[in-house]
Amino acid sequence: MSEYNFAYLDEQTKRMIRRAILKGLAIPGYQVPFASREMPMPYGWGTGGVQVSAACLMPEDVLKVIDQGADDTTNAVSIRKFFEKTAEVETTAATSDATLIQTRHRIPEEDLTEDQILVYQVPIPEPLRFLEPRETETRKMHALEEYGLMYVKLYEDISQHGQIATAYSYPIKVEGRYVMDPSPIPKFDNPKMEMSAIQLFGAGREQRIYAIPPYTNVVSLDFEDYPFEAMKADGCCALCGADHTYLDEVIIDDDGGRMFVCSDTDYCESRRAAGHVGAQGAPQNQEVSAS
Amino acid sequence: MTPLLQVKNIKKNYGARLGCKDVSFDLYPGEVMGIVGESGSGKSTLLNCLAGHLEPDQGEVLFNTRIEGMRDTLQMSEPERRMLARTDWAFVHQNARDGLRMGISAGGNMGERLMAVGDRHYGQIRTQAIEWLEKVEISEERVDDRPSQFSGGMQQRLQIARNLITGPRLVFMDEPTGGLDVSVQARLLDLIRSLVRELGLSAIIVTHDLAVVRLLADRLMVMKSGHVVESGLTDQVLDDPQDAYTQLLVSSVLQV
Amino acid sequence: MIEIKNVSKTFTLHNQSATSINVMRDANLVVNAGECVALTGNSGSGKSTLMRMIYGNYLTQEGEILINGVDVVQAEPRDIIELRKTTLGYVSQFLRVVPRVSTLNVVAEPLLKIGVDAKVAEERAKELLSRLRIPQNLWQLSPLTFSGGEQQRVNIARGFAHEYPAMLLDEPTASLDAKNRETVLTLIKDAKARGAAIIGIFHDEAARDRVCDQQIDVSIFTPKAAA
Repeated sequence: MSEYNFAYLDEQTKRMIRRAILKGLAIPGYQVPFASREMPMPYGWGTGGVQVSAACLMPEDVLKVIDQGADDTTNAVSIRKFFEKTAEVETTAATSDATLIQTRHRIPEEDLTEDQILVYQVPIPEPLRFLEPRETETRKMHALEEYGLMYVKLYEDISQHGQIATAYSYPIKVEGRYVMDPSPIPKFDNPKMEMSAIQLFGAGREQRIYAIPPYTNVVSLDFEDYPFEAMKADGCCALCGADHTYLDEVIIDDDGGRMFVCSDTDYCESRRAAGHVGAQGAPQNQEVSAS
Repeated sequence: MTPLLQVKNIKKNYGARLGCKDVSFDLYPGEVMGIVGESGSGKSTLLNCLAGHLEPDQGEVLFNTRIEGMRDTLQMSEPERRMLARTDWAFVHQNARDGLRMGISAGGNMGERLMAVGDRHYGQIRTQAIEWLEKVEISEERVDDRPSQFSGGMQQRLQIARNLITGPRLVFMDEPTGGLDVSVQARLLDLIRSLVRELGLSAIIVTHDLAVVRLLADRLMVMKSGHVVESGLTDQVLDDPQDAYTQLLVSSVLQV
Repeated sequence: MIEIKNVSKTFTLHNQSATSINVMRDANLVVNAGECVALTGNSGSGKSTLMRMIYGNYLTQEGEILINGVDVVQAEPRDIIELRKTTLGYVSQFLRVVPRVSTLNVVAEPLLKIGVDAKVAEERAKELLSRLRIPQNLWQLSPLTFSGGEQQRVNIARGFAHEYPAMLLDEPTASLDAKNRETVLTLIKDAKARGAAIIGIFHDEAARDRVCDQQIDVSIFTPKAAA
């Protein structure tokens, strides 16, 4: 029996967060300010995502938590345990079994459904922040749809690197109106953002919530002569042989030896269970932990 | 001919202190108006009121917009005014750093206004940026350098180019050559003169330097303690000043 | 044509115990197209002053100054600017230029200002500079370092670049040697021939007598000092 209120937060706080979520869903991509609470973890460790999840969780939910695609890294494990203790909900590593998925910096490879909610952890919600430090200015820019500066950033990339070099947090335009930071997911994941599930974004330190409802139009910004490309490392997963997933690079010895494996651990396991084997694949049940 | 800008009875107070009062004038296409005065004369206050940076307590600033004819810019909504400031108007700050993004390349600075009005072709944006850099005598090689790597004079020229790339009809300048070395000043004034003539610009230039105003301005307003004490043709006001203060100002200038 | 009617001028020096000096009263003068009128009188009698008043450089307290029908005394600043561009030319005693501009561009500028094609303007400038014997190797340099005589010739070239219907010439032959003086007098005669109305100040009596149809001593307009 837990001495906490269900999912840690008191009911009034949850209602406040739900109001923010509803606003966010009503205005896709718009950053809704909310009164972020103190959570039993420091800022920068997913407090925004945790608050959004806490407000959404129902006792019958099945929760999955991933960090960089993996269920078994420290942060994912901590957050999952946090909800196991304070909400006593069922948890899982299987994407298709989950009803609510909290993620840091990746979108699962498997297509999500209308019955699922994806909650992103966001460090800096403001896509223009690094070019325009003033909050007063960036709010005006969003209000007046003045996004020239965002294109300046892409221009700078091309002039310095010959291509748009932004590899993650690649800015998107949502429903043709708001420019949004999708959180530090690799740009490879951007096309997945047109999906059937509800996407919610929580930034605890910056105190913002935003949302993308299902089937919303999401366009990654680019130039006519430098169109957006969702890129990933060449090659296949060494364990399951997939050539269409986002790969993590793993250093395996002191000589700099490396292998590429699927960043989405659950997806990789499912593939191996189904019989796919990669170049360095081992029979299923033998896991290599991604660092 | 319709004036490009009609200023009527501008008044601005800072609490109990007077910023400027009873300022009215018309500006026609291709005209350059100089506003001179010493510190505290109210000239910068006036310029900022006209350019939309400060809200005056009274008065109208009517601008002949391209689509809707004469409109009081003080009554415009903020999005309209910001759009105006980005397209048909330009503001050259005394300190180039206030008018540039120091952390972005020269090309990026040049392209920002274009991208802000919807240009989405990298190659074309870059070509225009380079063309304009050449117009202000900045070499093409510097297009990817940051303004922090430029000299003061170059920064100022970059600021001017960045403002003019969208073809504004009215340019506000606040001490455009202030703080620059004398030889650099000469070059800059030369450039401003040519651009004004080539592009048919109208300009309002605030300065305390009478030599600058004689060079650049067709007409002149002399301000003291928030009031306009004299106005007229530049050469007439400087050669045959009528007002006591103007006479004092003109006679105080050191001869070289 | 140039018409001056009942014109008066007073200088008020506020910072010198508000002294008021009435230097001219009831000045009247008419210059018809094709005529050249010389202003004479001792130094300080008001010749240059009157010229500056006609140009709008000095304010006129009373009267009318009509240049082809436009009254300079009442005109708006921008009308005077327009007048100076197209109708009224002024060759002052001293060359006043923007630093760093080449001699060629200094002379071409009046034409560029009224929209003449750059190439055409440049050709005209070259023609005048050659006529006034300014060596070609100086054309790309700023005239600020030239000798007094050279500067005066550049000044004149600039003044005659555009064919003004009305012209004001203040000591156009000063500092010039005989040959160049001849050239300038020819320029003035040509201007008269095409119908320009000219007012000039000439210290050189011979030159004055050669080109001027009339002479007005401006000291007749100076109010007599109280006895």
